[in-house]
Amino acid sequence: MDRVMSNKWIITLYVLPSIILIMAIIYIPIVLTGYYGLMHWDGVSSMTFAGLENYTTLFKDGVFWDSVKHSFVFALLSTIALAVYLIVAMVLAGNIKGANLFRKIYLLPMLLSSIAIAQLWLKIYHPTSGILNTALVSIGFADPPAWLSDTKYVLGALFVPILWQYAGFYILIYYAALKNIPNTLVEAALIDGATPRQIAFSIKLPLITEVIKVTIVLAVVGSLKYFDLIYVMTGGGPNGASEVMASYMYQKAFRGFDYGYGSAIGFFLLIICLVATWIIRKLTATKESIQYS
Amino acid sequence: MKRKAIAVWALMLALVMVVSACGGKDSGSGDKVTIKMMHLWPEGSSKAQYELVQGIIDSYEKEHKNVKIVTEILENEQYKNKLKVLSGSNSLPDVGFSWAAGFLEPYVKGNLFAPLDDLLQGDLKDQFVAGTTEAYAVDGKTYSLPVELNIVPIYYNKEIFEKNNLKTPETYDEFLNVIKTLRENGVTPITLGGKDGWTGSFWYMYLVDRLGGSDLLDKAIASNDFSDPKLIEAAKMAQDLVDMNAFNKGFNGLSNDEAKSEFNNEKAAMYAMGTWEVPNFTTNTDVPQEFRDKIGFFRFPTISGGQGTSDTWVGGPGVGLFVAENSKVKDEAKKFVSYFVQQWGEKSVTKAGVIPATKVDTSKIDLPPMFIELLNELGSAKKVTLYADVQMKPVASEEHHKLVQALLGKEVTPEQFAKKTDDTLKAGK
Repeated sequence: MDRVMSNKWIITLYVLPSIILIMAIIYIPIVLTGYYGLMHWDGVSSMTFAGLENYTTLFKDGVFWDSVKHSFVFALLSTIALAVYLIVAMVLAGNIKGANLFRKIYLLPMLLSSIAIAQLWLKIYHPTSGILNTALVSIGFADPPAWLSDTKYVLGALFVPILWQYAGFYILIYYAALKNIPNTLVEAALIDGATPRQIAFSIKLPLITEVIKVTIVLAVVGSLKYFDLIYVMTGGGPNGASEVMASYMYQKAFRGFDYGYGSAIGFFLLIICLVATWIIRKLTATKESIQYS
Repeated sequence: MKRKAIAVWALMLALVMVVSACGGKDSGSGDKVTIKMMHLWPEGSSKAQYELVQGIIDSYEKEHKNVKIVTEILENEQYKNKLKVLSGSNSLPDVGFSWAAGFLEPYVKGNLFAPLDDLLQGDLKDQFVAGTTEAYAVDGKTYSLPVELNIVPIYYNKEIFEKNNLKTPETYDEFLNVIKTLRENGVTPITLGGKDGWTGSFWYMYLVDRLGGSDLLDKAIASNDFSDPKLIEAAKMAQDLVDMNAFNKGFNGLSNDEAKSEFNNEKAAMYAMGTWEVPNFTTNTDVPQEFRDKIGFFRFPTISGGQGTSDTWVGGPGVGLFVAENSKVKDEAKKFVSYFVQQWGEKSVTKAGVIPATKVDTSKIDLPPMFIELLNELGSAKKVTLYADVQMKPVASEEHHKLVQALLGKEVTPEQFAKKTDDTLKAGK
């Protein structure tokens, strides 16, 4: 085995398929997107070179900046929500009765496809016959808001199902990380007379910081490029009130036939995601990583 | 050892390739032709059209033993998206459906559709209702052959109207009165799926038409000038309707399908939609008979002092058949298209309740009264104004949808609405 692995050609051969795949479906399209962003192109007829015109339009496009704002609000909320998920995971990992059942309950929304979730919540939010407004009317609100058609509420109304959808995912990650902490450490702390709170914040939390960092990156980048529920539930409307970067990109490229501009948005979105990831890594960088043993 | 293994693999690979190449040749040596077709009538939601298409395909395959027609079916919006994606990779189906004017233009400019004038001069000469194929022509060549002609009447629930002692309005004041009465009696007057901007566009278009005459909108779009005060006034009137609570609650968050279900469940009294809905009110046996009997339609009322008359309609030819320019079976595809159009014309009204763009002799066929009324309306119509979003170029069309939604949601003023429309039209995309 060692002899095989020391052969450079064999290594190349084994690595090649995945490299080709990743190049073909990720890196080459990224480069192409950057290229298309410099073009006037309606996706059907031939391209003409536009230089940076798409980007200058982009920087002046109020709707785009609104969508950026919405994306970042969303990213911030998802990050804050991580704290809640962490608490839930800690409780579940604390050997309480029925933890197994609760873990499965939290994970269930993740098993539904986004479209199913969107349809479900569309029914919940239906202005007259939805379960939410029916409930509100029955407890005395005469005129509950039409959640998805009111520019004031639409963004909030969309965040709820999205956070709900991913809660199980993060709880599962935290749960696994917490379960991974050797029992000996907790026992040692107990013997030294640590309170449960001390165990949680001074023993467990520091030990899973690496995992927390990863989830923050996942949550932020995932929010910045979020698309599916928003597209199905509102299509970015009304009047762009729930437009996020990805839905705006889709709208421009595939609905408005402006592939050049859509590509420019896509490329910009990529840069924003990279910068956000880099900043998070910088902010959360620790000098030494804590080891389990 | 290693070298030997590689040699074996190489040999096997070569053999596989040889075998598969042989296979390919075999199927090509016969005269089998496969025509790929995409259409937008899934069995679930548009059963009559689906069966009609299927019937035509079956009989064509029976008459032409060597031809096999493979269909791919997607619902309206998904269909549009897929068509755009496919055109990006230049892999359109051999035969498919396109919309008129603004939708068609980029495809023609991109050399993706084949001109079909030879069919119009040949097999299909004088078959179409005058003025229907023009909407699919670019620079004098016709790139699609329409199979539908639709107008937008306002459907109403006769039972709800009777209960509230209302009769169908002929003037706008009567219409406003109908809305007021219904609201007072706790009935939703009009259901609208504002999330799909084109549904709101119908209302705006009619207001423009009745207020400023039937040519105003066409001219405004053609000249990229949306500054006429009548256009702003119509926008204002649309917002007045919203202020009166004429539309269903939260309409801007509902899709057309959701809005339609309010009408079908008799929760709303009126619904403006294209005549493609007529089968659901007449022949579609999946809809309860008692509901179908309750539905009637009326013309959009005239506005006193306005320049429009009640015999102009918003509408236009619906989808038309195209043949892909780079199709490998172009001639076969054209033959099929010609056959399809002829068969469709004979059968579409009687079987699917679709008004075809080809001429129909109504005296010979037996149709539900609503169809006869509609065909008569079409016969006496002064003009059919093509949908605004179809007239506009793609970016402007998309913007128009958003702006109508914003207008009805009162997020823009009528002046801003006109100004922004003007800007997007002038941008020329």
